[in-house]
Amino acid sequence: MTEPLLAIRDLSVDYRIERGRLQALRHVNIDVPKGSIVGVVGESGCGKSTLISSIIRLLPHNASISNGQINFEGANLLDLSENEMRSIRGRRISVVYQDPMTSLNPVLSIEQQMRHIQYRDTTRRSAKLEKSLAMLESVGIADSRKRITQFPHEYSGGMLQRVSIAMALQAKPSLLIADEPTTALDATLEVQIIHLLKDIQAQFGCTILFISHHLGVIAELCDYVVVMYAGEVVEKGTVRDVFHRPAHPYTTKLLQCDPAGIQIKTRILPVIPGEIPDLVNLSGGCIFRSRCHLAESACETEIPPRREVAPGHAANCHRLPI
Amino acid sequence: MLLYIAKRTALGVIIVLLAVALLFCMIHLIPGDPARILLGPRATPELIAAMSARLGLDLPFPVQIMRFFANLLRGDLGMDVITNRPVVEIVVGQLPYTLWLIFLAILFAGLIGIPLGCYSALHRNTLFDRISGFVSVSFITTPSFVVALYALLIFAVALKWFPAVGAGDRGDFLDQAVHLVLPVFSIGLAWIGYLARLVRASMLEVMEESHIRTARAFGLAERRIIYHYALKLAILPTVSVIGVGMGFLLSSALLTEIVFARPGIGKLIYDSVITRNYPVVMGSVLVSTVLFVVSTTVSDLINAWLDPRTRATL
Repeated sequence: MTEPLLAIRDLSVDYRIERGRLQALRHVNIDVPKGSIVGVVGESGCGKSTLISSIIRLLPHNASISNGQINFEGANLLDLSENEMRSIRGRRISVVYQDPMTSLNPVLSIEQQMRHIQYRDTTRRSAKLEKSLAMLESVGIADSRKRITQFPHEYSGGMLQRVSIAMALQAKPSLLIADEPTTALDATLEVQIIHLLKDIQAQFGCTILFISHHLGVIAELCDYVVVMYAGEVVEKGTVRDVFHRPAHPYTTKLLQCDPAGIQIKTRILPVIPGEIPDLVNLSGGCIFRSRCHLAESACETEIPPRREVAPGHAANCHRLPI
Repeated sequence: MLLYIAKRTALGVIIVLLAVALLFCMIHLIPGDPARILLGPRATPELIAAMSARLGLDLPFPVQIMRFFANLLRGDLGMDVITNRPVVEIVVGQLPYTLWLIFLAILFAGLIGIPLGCYSALHRNTLFDRISGFVSVSFITTPSFVVALYALLIFAVALKWFPAVGAGDRGDFLDQAVHLVLPVFSIGLAWIGYLARLVRASMLEVMEESHIRTARAFGLAERRIIYHYALKLAILPTVSVIGVGMGFLLSSALLTEIVFARPGIGKLIYDSVITRNYPVVMGSVLVSTVLFVVSTTVSDLINAWLDPRTRATL
């Protein structure tokens, strides 16, 4: 396999909070091959947002990266100066955030916002406008010359998410991070946005890191999937492998909870009993053991190592054969 | 935007008319005969009747209010009962003093308070932020007349930097400006603290919003994010508060004008209440009401200009 576009190595991130040190990410390893779409899935609080903020280095002040590397296009992003990092944001890596209604500035027109992010280009204002219009057209916004003068509140959620995608792609980044871009949208719009992302990936040839808690979307869109639980990567592999032959008990349970996969008519939707463990006072052992129906004595004391179940498909569980 | 301006201005006019009607009713519904109060306890019934006729108080109430509005439309606010000069002339003569005082006080407070609040928000919990917070709260809690008295004692009496009383010679711009320094300082000081706290709070709130994160993720310069993306939103509540605050400043101006023996609307209201000069009270309160409505209307229009979401409503 060639060098991945983005390689996260052994990344650990802590938050200083009143109760102590919250270990939000622990020894995370993720590879994003060039030209692929990699999905990251996990329930709320599993560290998906922290992961994104770490990659673009916009973590809150109380967070610190205690360990690891984030290799991107031949450099470790964690070694770059703030100015060097700023030249990567929006140019080489850009992000589409969750709720388009709040992630765009409400008092600036789309035209202004799309022009501002082209601040690196020395082209004339009219050239920037033409470029913005072309981007809007390419994400399927009709009548772009009129719509570009409007403000975010004059758009519908789906249209605004298209605008966000157009903005993110304007500088032709090599990596697009999509942070649950469809969570705030209804189901039909979700499908449209997913198709748009697929088209765009074909058209622009960019690599996409897609964060979601929606398994159906991941299956539809992604080539690879990374399953995260409470700040750790518990399983990763191709979508086909992970969805058809889940190796980690958490992935198995997660798939059972997906309403789309339920075959038998039921009044009660399945859930995974229990809660995410406290990330401040971590004792050794498997992070998932308190909610795992297969937990055994080794799970209490030893952190499970990563085991390859098939080429390119790995999971962290004691019960897997060595 | 034009539609919004038209609607908002129309609303302002309606508010003024309602406020004037209410004011007129209130003065007439409270017990006591204005003519009797005006002339004092030893007035004869004939004198009171004559005064009532002169003020039009002997007419039925609906006729009075109709006459009042009819006169108002012609720009006639009645006659000063003591000097017999038109009230309009007196009020218009005093108005510029108060307007300059209020306008400069807000300008002074805004020029210091807004940057102070921004800087504090961006350097949250630093020594500067803590000191600025302490000083701001001290400024807010000190009444303007206390500031005025100390300013007089220190800068006019002890240091002799600025004149103590009056408004300066008419026509001499520099002299008038020098006379404005201490009054503007006294009523502006509390507003420095108030605006600094307000801007700090809304700036902190806006900087946490999701779109600021987006702007950062696009690698925009921090300065552009602060002044273009955040301040434009954070200033909105401040604009509204200043609009309402102009009205409150009218009452601060009253005390300050008395302390500095300056002419102005506040002083005029005070003097005419003392002398029970009823038409002048009515006229100057009317002008204050109009000022208040005008300033809130203007602040709403500025807000609409800054915030496209406001334009869509109303």
